[in-house]
Amino acid sequence: MNFEFTEEQLMIRQAARDYAQRELIIDVLERDEKMIYPARHIKNLAELGFLGMLVDSRYDGGGMDTISYVLAMEEISKVDASVSVIMSVNNSLVCYGIQEYGTEEQKEKYLKPLARGEKIGAFLLSEPEAGSDATSQKTTAEDKGDYYLLNGTKNWITNGNTAGTYLVVAQTHPELRHRGINVFIVDRHSPGISVGPHEDKMGMRSSDTHSVMFNDVKVPKENRIGEDGFGFKFAMKTLEGGRIGIAAQALGIAAGAYERAVQYAKERKAFGTEIANHQAIAFKLADMAVKIENARNLCLKAAWLKDNHKPFGVASAMAKLYAADIAMEVTTEAVQIHGGYGYVKEYHVERLMREAKLTQIYEGTSEIQKIVISRDVLK
Amino acid sequence: MNILIYTETREGSFKKQGFELISYAKALSGMTGGEVISLAIGEIFDEELKKAADYGASRIIALEADQLPDNRNLSKLLIQWIKQANAQVILFADNNTGKAIAPFVAAGLKAGIATGITGLPEKTDPFIVTRKIYSGKALAKIQVKSHYKILLLAANTFGIKNDPVVPVIERHNIEAEYFESPNKIISTEKQTGKILLGEAEIVVSAGRGMKSPDNWGSIEELAQILGAATACSRPVSDEGWRPHGEHVGQTGKVINPNIYFAFGISGAIQHVAGISGSKVIVAVNKDHEAPIFNVADYGIVGDVNQVLPKMIEAARKIKTE
Amino acid sequence: MKILVCISNVPDTTTKIVIGADDKNINTAGIQWIINPWDELALTRALELKDAGKISEVVVANVGTAITEATLRKSLATGADRAIRVNTEPADAWTVASNLSEVVKNEPFDIILCGIESSDHNGSSVGGLLAGMLDLNFISSVSGLDIENEKLTVQREIDGEKEILETQGPVLLVIQKGIAIVPRIPSMRGIMQARTKPLQIVEATSSESMTETVQVTLPPEKGKCKMIDAENAGEVIRLLREEAKVL
Repeated sequence: MNFEFTEEQLMIRQAARDYAQRELIIDVLERDEKMIYPARHIKNLAELGFLGMLVDSRYDGGGMDTISYVLAMEEISKVDASVSVIMSVNNSLVCYGIQEYGTEEQKEKYLKPLARGEKIGAFLLSEPEAGSDATSQKTTAEDKGDYYLLNGTKNWITNGNTAGTYLVVAQTHPELRHRGINVFIVDRHSPGISVGPHEDKMGMRSSDTHSVMFNDVKVPKENRIGEDGFGFKFAMKTLEGGRIGIAAQALGIAAGAYERAVQYAKERKAFGTEIANHQAIAFKLADMAVKIENARNLCLKAAWLKDNHKPFGVASAMAKLYAADIAMEVTTEAVQIHGGYGYVKEYHVERLMREAKLTQIYEGTSEIQKIVISRDVLK
Repeated sequence: MNILIYTETREGSFKKQGFELISYAKALSGMTGGEVISLAIGEIFDEELKKAADYGASRIIALEADQLPDNRNLSKLLIQWIKQANAQVILFADNNTGKAIAPFVAAGLKAGIATGITGLPEKTDPFIVTRKIYSGKALAKIQVKSHYKILLLAANTFGIKNDPVVPVIERHNIEAEYFESPNKIISTEKQTGKILLGEAEIVVSAGRGMKSPDNWGSIEELAQILGAATACSRPVSDEGWRPHGEHVGQTGKVINPNIYFAFGISGAIQHVAGISGSKVIVAVNKDHEAPIFNVADYGIVGDVNQVLPKMIEAARKIKTE
Repeated sequence: MKILVCISNVPDTTTKIVIGADDKNINTAGIQWIINPWDELALTRALELKDAGKISEVVVANVGTAITEATLRKSLATGADRAIRVNTEPADAWTVASNLSEVVKNEPFDIILCGIESSDHNGSSVGGLLAGMLDLNFISSVSGLDIENEKLTVQREIDGEKEILETQGPVLLVIQKGIAIVPRIPSMRGIMQARTKPLQIVEATSSESMTETVQVTLPPEKGKCKMIDAENAGEVIRLLREEAKVL
């Protein structure tokens, strides 16, 4: 066992921290309130290489390990989960999926600009009637010989409007159920694609979440990833890795709220002393610290397994389940410690609490994670 | 041990801190023995030159020049005169000029150098002085081991003390070679009449709580009435609301005024590091939990833009009394 | 043209200072080390000039033990071409400057940049000492630097005066704020490239020092803050005069 980070991992964490604390913090409240897409930050983070940090350097990525990715996601999420979700979807769903399962031509054409962050990716799986149950895809991809014809609607798509490249999951052979599902690389500006309005969300309000409608969209044959019918397996495999990103995001949200709570408790006075000196507050902080440390260890363990090419599906489910749940608990307590100040936007913790809620829902709800974990427990 | 003070000049006069340096040297000579020698380079009026004796300089040297030699030549000129005057302790102001010249002089004399000192040595054999480190978050006692000892005194820390002596005043010319320089001055923008932040006794400083750079008028007004310099916090200079030269804090200027006014400055640890040498801190902030109140002597919880006019009025009244 | 940026490794500026067991140093346990903020801005400007094709090589140097290598590696990740570490625990600014002067005697540079001070010891001495030891032209309080046809344009800011100078190398510039706006953050590519960039370790040639720290203490705590009602804000002026007697 070795719990030491490498010099390089620490450098990446510091780079992410510097960017978050220096730049993201400046306009995070305004972007949250007015639902402004963080275009400037995404451009800067792309230049720094964060948007493709996991991609092999052969494909213009950063070539960094998953541990570094967890550290970077935590630091960015401490300040702004709207930005980190864009980073997570691009890195661990879209880039990862193409790098792992795409052809050399697909990597050349689509992965490289995604890794450089020149284009942003979106992962289109959820549907109005198929959220957690990915087997019941209603979007169809009809095989027309030399192309596929896409029809249907996708919901709650992160980067739905800003993405340049979509990964679309659709049903080609309904009779084969989930074995008939395919995944396609689709240019966002293909004829027949329309994007719904920006969802007015509770949290992560500055990331752009949209419905995307496909109406007779032609997709070239060579844009299918893997064999015919590989789509479901692709989605499940990709989501396993995606869970590490969201787990690290939840961890960061919790840690961000916790750090604010600690600082506040040391400064704010009540009954003649700093509130940190009251056991009621001090013990809360101790509980929060333990939860965060646990979540961090689960995230890093899952990342380590992935980096060492060992099965990490259950570990990433545990990390995501736990980190999301404690993010909700820790942010709620952080608001409580702040008292009335915690309930107003200026102090950030109410925003972090709103952001935490989404981590229990997307990329596999907490309940779905429990299915994954319990199946493994009972197998 | 003769003590030589480099007294900077400005438009024919000593810069204000010169007298404080002479006062310090005079007090130090009580511990070390020896002569107190002041050395000015540049333009200086006779009347002004004599004033050095009021604070204890018994030998007053003026090296006449229309303009100063460059840093390297100025340092070499000083080294020549330090040796000529047989001085062993050399005093500079702890400002940009002192910090620029003193180390070069130290290299030439093989001297130990102690910057940012705030008081007399604890003892002179061994020679031990106290200086601030970590921008005032800690204090270090330093032993200067070398034969020559170079000290840089922080402004407003010792005070000016009258201690008149009968001086010998000498004027000399500077050899032309000292004015040869690979550096060519293209332009200078002088701001005259302004009180310098580094040596100001009163500093009126403001931060992000001012809301907009347009609100600085009242900061400048209060500063003008009190004869104070203006300063600001880091976010404000980073945003370009105020020039970098006004930034006070760990990575900006470290100052020791008698009064420091902090308007709309929350008091981050890095800011406090730059002002902890202030004798009295007055803080105005709308957030009663702002950490600035932990270091302030007088505090007002309120909107800076409402508080300022009241203070300006009171200051004006007191100044016309 | 080659630039040398002298780098100091210092505790993060938010560090709460705790005195070490020997009473001569601070307790460094758990401290996060960073590049001295002024040095970092100097390095940022050097890299900007390199990006603009006005500088051929940016070298960073530090006098310190192995603990400072993370800082040098970060400088490389940010874009410096190579790093030199003179291996010794420096006792004072003299030790630092004399070892740096050996580095420069072995390998001349057109421009040497030193931060105006380090945020730990606040000595403000290394730049001037180094210039003195090398008998080099030096310009202090530099807040701007540009290069055109081997000619340097240097902006100085002292006490509200702004001065523009023209000079040429070799020259040592003592850098203050304003030289660059925000320090550069290393990119993933830079971090990857730093793996293969040279970090040369040379043994110290001198351990001589002119000063010695005898004791480090914390400053005395401040008393309580007297609160004045905002409606009565003018009162504070009277208190400054009559109670604090500073006005």
